[in-house]
Amino acid sequence: MTARLALRKVVMTLALPVVLVAAWWIATADSTSFFWPPLEDIVRTFPETWTADRWLHDVLPSLGRLGIGYAVALVAGIAFGTAIGLSKTLRALTEPTLEFFRAVPPPVLVPVIALFTGYTSSLSKVGTIALGCVWPILLNAVDGVRGLEPVLLDTAQTYRLGRWRRLTYVILPGASPRIVAGARQALSIGVILMVISELFGANRGLGATIVQFQRSFAVPQMWTGIILLGLIGVALSVLFRLIENRVLAWYHGQREIERGA
Amino acid sequence: MSTTIPVAGPAAARARSAPARRTRASRVSWTDVGLGTLGALVVVGVEELITRTGIVDASYLPPFTTILGELGHQLGQPEFWQSFGQTLSGWAIGLAIATALGVTVGVIIGSVPLLRELTASTIEFLRPIPSVALIPLVVLLWGTRPASSIFLVVYAAVWQVLVQVLYGVADVDPVARDTARSYRFSRWRVARSVVWPTALPYVVTGFRLAASVALILEITSELIIGVPGLGRDIGVAQSSGAVAKTYALVIVVGLIGVAVNLATRYVERRVLSWHPSMRRAV
Repeated sequence: MTARLALRKVVMTLALPVVLVAAWWIATADSTSFFWPPLEDIVRTFPETWTADRWLHDVLPSLGRLGIGYAVALVAGIAFGTAIGLSKTLRALTEPTLEFFRAVPPPVLVPVIALFTGYTSSLSKVGTIALGCVWPILLNAVDGVRGLEPVLLDTAQTYRLGRWRRLTYVILPGASPRIVAGARQALSIGVILMVISELFGANRGLGATIVQFQRSFAVPQMWTGIILLGLIGVALSVLFRLIENRVLAWYHGQREIERGA
Repeated sequence: MSTTIPVAGPAAARARSAPARRTRASRVSWTDVGLGTLGALVVVGVEELITRTGIVDASYLPPFTTILGELGHQLGQPEFWQSFGQTLSGWAIGLAIATALGVTVGVIIGSVPLLRELTASTIEFLRPIPSVALIPLVVLLWGTRPASSIFLVVYAAVWQVLVQVLYGVADVDPVARDTARSYRFSRWRVARSVVWPTALPYVVTGFRLAASVALILEITSELIIGVPGLGRDIGVAQSSGAVAKTYALVIVVGLIGVAVNLATRYVERRVLSWHPSMRRAV
């Protein structure tokens, strides 16, 4: 019986994707349209387009910049967010300003940062990613800290937990579900900025390569780039979920129990 | 199903924090307003100081008063208002299409368990695909016409609505559903008076998220592709060395973002005024 259920689940998961890919394959099989080359051609072009050299000089550096920028945003966002969340005065002082900076669409950071560092330096790209990613993390950290159960804080105080212990055992874990939610939003902004930060000036990188294909009308290659970028997006979200499930295992468990009750 | 929780998170978190926000909204504390203004003034003042004294080169970052002057000048230009309108209309059209599409598809898929099961993996796969990956394609298809930006806006925004609607429809109380069935409610009636009220808070959350994502993509496609609008003006101003204008337009775009956030929160409060999460704690 369980084997049948498992089989059913596999069929349910794979059925639609298989149908869609097959439809794409068949619909474009004899395509002579310039923009929609046969999927077969795209698949065949994939390995010859994304060679070891491209991975080494375009794809991996892009991902590296994303990683560094994202890490900076995480540290800064959690640090400042926690500090602001803990102080009522600081919160009142910074709230309108933060509301404004959060509302600025992150891509406009690219030309602004380019004023300082030009378009091609790594610093400008990492800076763009970090500056764009920091707001959702910071604001969620503020909300997370502010939404802490007062009983928890009072208990911590009653037990005379020190500042540091209160922070690491009560405040940060308590705020972590919100921080993770912010980090997830930030990740998709980070991917967008990773691509956009490479689109101006003479650049190398994943985004720059794909646009290069488009400008030189190498359409099948461009499609492989779109697919690769899509796969990277999916891979990052799977990775994020794995990490999240570890970090928030206690929280998900708690929610499950609350729901069952 | 553990993966569903974080996505439902905003709604759940909102439900918890709503009473606090409600009191904050209804009883504006003048100390907070004063402190907030003070904070903004400090930022502006420090910026003015470091640029006037030459700590930061004014050709990278002009003093705030210069930017403000340029902003005032821009507000008198018909070209500015034309771009302003183009940006807003692209955003609004894209958001409207995404919302309509997300709600319709979401309600249909969400109400049929088989469809739900069949589409889950595809939605999970398509959603994280960054919409900027499609930029080269839309450039080839439509160039700098508004269709390019609208397509990207719809692609990015529709997932926010769709996923929230799916959670909303799944959240319907089984007892309410069974009761409706016992009373022999028609399908339409069930959808209207049982499913819709349950899903509405999620729809509104999805709409709020979609509204800001839509603005990001509208500005992005103007900036990157060159679709007419404020984003393109920022790019042009930057590359032609009009530094003050660049910052002035960035401020305008930021203010549009703030306005969008405030407006969607207002809509949320209006539409959900009956909902427990929005009611004042007694």
